[in-house]
Amino acid sequence: MKLEGSVIFKKLPRDEHSRSLQTTISVEGLTRVFGKDPEKTLKLRNTGRSKEEIYEETKEILALYNVSFEVMPGEIFVLMGLSGSGKSTLLRCINRLIEPTSGRILIGGEDIVGMNQDELREIRRRKLGMIFQSFALLPHRTVLDNVAFGLEIQGIPEEERYRRGEELLRMVGLGEHGASMPSQLSGGMKQRVGLARALAGDPEILLMDEAFSALDPLIRREMQDELLDLQQRLNRTIIFVTHDLDEALKLGDRIALMRDGEVVQIGTPEEILANPGDAYVEQFVAGVDMTKVLSASDVMRRPEPVARCTAGSRVALHLMEEHDIGSVFVVDRERRLKGIVTLDDTLEAVRAGRGLEEIVITDVPTVAPDASLTDIISLIAESPYPMAVVDDDSRLQGLVFRGAILGALARKRGDVDEST
Amino acid sequence: MSLPKLPVGAAIEALVNWIEQYFGWLLDGISAVLGFLIGGLQDLLLAIPELILILLVTILVWFVTRRDIKLAGLTALGLLLIWNLRLWNLAMLTLALVLVSTIVALAISIPLGIVAARSDTINAALRPILDFMQTMPSFVYLIPAVIFFGLGNVPGIIATVVFAMPPALRLTNLGIRQVPVELIEVADAFGSTPRQKLFKVQLPVALPTIMAGVNQCIMLALSMTVIASMIGAGGLGYQVLVGIQRVNIGMGFEAGLAIVIIAIILDRITQNLVPQQEGER
Repeated sequence: MKLEGSVIFKKLPRDEHSRSLQTTISVEGLTRVFGKDPEKTLKLRNTGRSKEEIYEETKEILALYNVSFEVMPGEIFVLMGLSGSGKSTLLRCINRLIEPTSGRILIGGEDIVGMNQDELREIRRRKLGMIFQSFALLPHRTVLDNVAFGLEIQGIPEEERYRRGEELLRMVGLGEHGASMPSQLSGGMKQRVGLARALAGDPEILLMDEAFSALDPLIRREMQDELLDLQQRLNRTIIFVTHDLDEALKLGDRIALMRDGEVVQIGTPEEILANPGDAYVEQFVAGVDMTKVLSASDVMRRPEPVARCTAGSRVALHLMEEHDIGSVFVVDRERRLKGIVTLDDTLEAVRAGRGLEEIVITDVPTVAPDASLTDIISLIAESPYPMAVVDDDSRLQGLVFRGAILGALARKRGDVDEST
Repeated sequence: MSLPKLPVGAAIEALVNWIEQYFGWLLDGISAVLGFLIGGLQDLLLAIPELILILLVTILVWFVTRRDIKLAGLTALGLLLIWNLRLWNLAMLTLALVLVSTIVALAISIPLGIVAARSDTINAALRPILDFMQTMPSFVYLIPAVIFFGLGNVPGIIATVVFAMPPALRLTNLGIRQVPVELIEVADAFGSTPRQKLFKVQLPVALPTIMAGVNQCIMLALSMTVIASMIGAGGLGYQVLVGIQRVNIGMGFEAGLAIVIIAIILDRITQNLVPQQEGER
């Protein structure tokens, strides 16, 4: 079930929306090896071996290697990469759910890697909120008790933590659901609870691990909008992990692209798109390219007008004049494609009193409805006519015009599509 | 040619003597505590008028099964039948024995299960011991129980505890280990201490599995009552044993029926103590 779009995040009653942030997160030379002998693995890496080669040789996984970046206060910093690129491991190093093998992580100048357990707990409670892909709500607790979990851990008295929990539930639009159990909520609602829980302790930093990836596309887009909306008012520092380029482009102030445990490129969405740092980034950007995702059936128009081959050349001429076009496709009684006639040929035929079948050009390129735009683009470039889309029976299904392709590709950047 | 027989029996006897000599005080202490518990619980159960106790148990069943009228009615009928068969006093002794054995077994197995869940080393060490305990025929436990505690209710309880413990330990261990990784991460990410993690996340999430272990523990304890009567434990089990020895089918059957009734009631109560969390895992 879906909640009404814009009412969702009400203002927090506290004076939080104008807080000034100073906390910078600075990651320096972070490395993580899964295995018993990190020294050997790192030595191999220093001799230039790749992650796979190292795994072949030592069965150890170089999950992160020499990662460095800085996150500015109030920024949404997206860690993006394919699965296995180390982005979730990196996120978990920042609150030390996974211990780094080496390197430093400075949060507001304090090195979290060197902290003892007490200091670590303290900074997790005060500064770091986390949101999980699978929501990770505690199944035995009510929604309200889930939201208040962090406060309970901090030893805040029941009355106060429930008051605060109610506030946050109202903020995420679930004010009525405090007494429900998590199993009674939909996915989108569960993640709102996850968000409320992370915000309950009033942390400056939110760690979001594929937070919206488990949601269906509509709800996902809605949650993205709400997060942006919320961020405008609450102004947190957010590190957001995703494998979805569209999500990264939409949410990220800056994006760090990761591959095989290393950061390949860091930049604003504009920079990443306009200037892919290397072949990998280019491929990634291209990989989400709509020319591969969209098919002929997504961009084709209704096949109008078409001329029946039984109709005479005068009818065809009239159609072309009426629609102001230079050619028209010809079909038979069953709408099977016969070919195309041009305006010049038709004029000629009308003068000479010849039928359409004598002037029809049968050698026109056609594509199937599921042909990708990539295929269509190369064909259409060589053909002076629109592209005919035909089914297996060569029945005319639709027409693709050059303008429609450009339009679809241009739309893609602004209006995120869920067909990925 | 033949190898000389290894002196296993003699060694065990020496060991037993040694234990009795140096730990006799401990055995006497355990004996006294358990004896006191059984006697006290039995006296308590018998001090309540039968009809009132039947009513209380019926209400309890009705309550924990979330108002299952049918089950509550059957509970009342079953208990009235036991009373009618003049087996009430024996049934209360059996109930006291089962409850004390279960409490002792759980007091040992649940903490051990928690420890086993947190340490792979301890888990690996416990596993063969548990396998041994579970594959050993239950009669075998009677021997050391008799040796150290003589005849009577106390050795019966000791043998029952050993027999009933392993499933509760295993299921506690399993339940905690099966808590989803993300929930552990939630506990850590929000700054839980290890103790908070255990009591606020691991144990509550594992509770349905742990309760299955508690249920198993009670059922095994009940099933041991007849066997334990061979070393002098009283109650319905002893009645069954006497029935067997005298080939008194009617007497054995009546006592056996009473055991079944108690078993079903205890089973339904423990199965329903924790509401099942539907859907979410």
